[in-house]
Amino acid sequence: MNPILTELAPLFPEIFVLAMACAILLIDLSLSQERRHVSFGLALLTLAGAAALTLSDHSGAARSVFHGMFLDDLMSDVLKLGIYALTFTVFVYSRAYLAARGMYRGEYFVLGLFGVLGMMVMASAGHLLVLYLGLELLSLSLYAMVAFQRDSYPATEAAMKYFVLGALASGMLLYGMSMLYGVTGSLDIAAVRQAVTGVSAANNVVLIFGLVFVLVGLAFKLGAVPFHMWIPDVYHGAPTSVTLYIATAPKLAAFAMVLRLLVGGLQDLAVAWQDMLIIMAILSMAVGNVIAIAQTNLKRMLAYSAISHMGFFLLGILSAGANGYGSALFYILVYAVMSLGAFGMVLLLSRAGHEAEQLDDFRGLNQRSPWYAFLMLLLMFSMAGVPPTAGFYAKLAVIQSVVQVDLVWLAAVAVLFSVIGAFYYLRVVKLMYFDAPADTNAIQSGLDMRALLTVNALALVAVTPWLGAFLDLCSRAILTLA
Amino acid sequence: MDFTQLIFYFFAAVLVFAAAMVITIRNPVKAALFLVLAFFSAACLWMLLQAEFLAIALVLVYVGAVMVLFLFVVMMLDINLLRLREGFGEYLPIGGIVAVLMVLEMAIILGPARFGLEKVPAPADHPAGYSNTRELGRLLYTDYAYPFEIAAVVLLVAIVAAIALTMRKRPETKYQDPAQQVRVQRNERLKIVKMEPSPKPPQGKRR
Repeated sequence: MNPILTELAPLFPEIFVLAMACAILLIDLSLSQERRHVSFGLALLTLAGAAALTLSDHSGAARSVFHGMFLDDLMSDVLKLGIYALTFTVFVYSRAYLAARGMYRGEYFVLGLFGVLGMMVMASAGHLLVLYLGLELLSLSLYAMVAFQRDSYPATEAAMKYFVLGALASGMLLYGMSMLYGVTGSLDIAAVRQAVTGVSAANNVVLIFGLVFVLVGLAFKLGAVPFHMWIPDVYHGAPTSVTLYIATAPKLAAFAMVLRLLVGGLQDLAVAWQDMLIIMAILSMAVGNVIAIAQTNLKRMLAYSAISHMGFFLLGILSAGANGYGSALFYILVYAVMSLGAFGMVLLLSRAGHEAEQLDDFRGLNQRSPWYAFLMLLLMFSMAGVPPTAGFYAKLAVIQSVVQVDLVWLAAVAVLFSVIGAFYYLRVVKLMYFDAPADTNAIQSGLDMRALLTVNALALVAVTPWLGAFLDLCSRAILTLA
Repeated sequence: MDFTQLIFYFFAAVLVFAAAMVITIRNPVKAALFLVLAFFSAACLWMLLQAEFLAIALVLVYVGAVMVLFLFVVMMLDINLLRLREGFGEYLPIGGIVAVLMVLEMAIILGPARFGLEKVPAPADHPAGYSNTRELGRLLYTDYAYPFEIAAVVLLVAIVAAIALTMRKRPETKYQDPAQQVRVQRNERLKIVKMEPSPKPPQGKRR
């Protein structure tokens, strides 16, 4: 093969997504509103094609091209496949919702695909500059998608908050990166890692100073307390289909960013970031779980639940070992699937002129549709961490990893907060099964969405026999880094 | 202190002054003009670092194009200055304390003890015929080709986002339809009302 093509081969999925996004942008111009489903179909096709390219290209060995700026390892492949699958489902779930609200336009899917491209860039970034550009590409698409419903006051407000706070967090992250550059003299993550080991004690303070800023930026993007203020407002204000997007795939990209920066580059500072992450994890679990109890809006409740889940996810990272990172990857994958299903249920019950985002909208769901009530029950049990579901094993894995590094007290705190959290998940179950329905309209949504949502929720239980294989895959995926 | 250092401190002082004025001055047009001054001083600092291309690009692109557009926007928007400054005094103490603390921390950590001139080796002198532009171009299109392409995609997304958010058919916007306009009938525009030749003067007192 041509030497340039060999060099570019690992980038084929990225190039494909970019080319298709540009093509959809042009094709969409000539489509009438009745034929908008062509853009929708092409967007789905793009994700499927990218998945095929990522799968076909996988040679097993970690590779780096563009002078180490682009890394192709098992972790990036796993994350990218997760991102394609999640975004595919997000698009299918959103179609009816968008059409009912006049947002069924080509730009929505184009921005979604550019967001996917940003996440892919982040997943295989080997250079601080590339990581930052990928993050900006993702964030810019997300800001625009949140503001997509221009006539909605809450959506505009949410977009404004997200944009201003996001810019502030990006500034923090960049400032931290500039400190790292000042000490190590390189932006290349592998070179940073080598330089960190030889840093003198005097310069170590600057390194920690930079690390603090980097962590602030990361915590904001993850939505960990005390940098969580944007999560409830953005989740609540954004159109539900966009909330669904924000709450799923970008979490995988945030995982990639955390791992590439903290583990790939600053593993030798683990003692320093471990303490900071412990504080963030405890605060996230406490604030997320306790405030979620007071919510009457399901989207807001799930937003606080997202904050608490980030606390659990950080438990895996802060154990600072291969086991911990593997369990964190497993946790974030399971969380993304649960979040996909939960927001999918909100979309399922919504119809033109009605947003099923209040807890009361789920009252008596069992009488309206026993099957979807059962699926929601599975999702809520999984989020709470009730045994046969994947959510339980995910929580178990991260707590085990914390116990392994002799932080038993932290494991006890985590269990305590997950018990508190179980209250508001089970409240939804109680509303569905033991209350009379307030809304008696039949559920109107397409067959595609019903089928996918069923698969989505059942996957959380059906995965049990292959759980060992999944955990094994997750721990192998992070081996090239740890 | 040699002449180069003198120039550096002069432009650095102007830069900090201009940047402070951008965020404290009341009039947005003046703030935009101070931003121009800040960009210009930064360009001069880059010139001192022998980064001529970047310095000229900053002046051409930011001062010449972006800021002029920005000035147009600021002048066309009817910004209510009083509302803009609501709560300024309220937030000033907290904001001020945070800012002072940050500056102090930065001064302690990033002071000359760690980044002093003797700590960092001076860059080697460039040979004769060295072209900053050529070196920059070579790096951009070889080593940094990948981030360069991503930056281009970021700009594309910015364009798509801006157009998707602003170009839309609002229900209250009035559009002209020339085909309808030329088909207008006389009786749609003109109404002939029969009136008395001389109306009676109004009764009662004038108010």
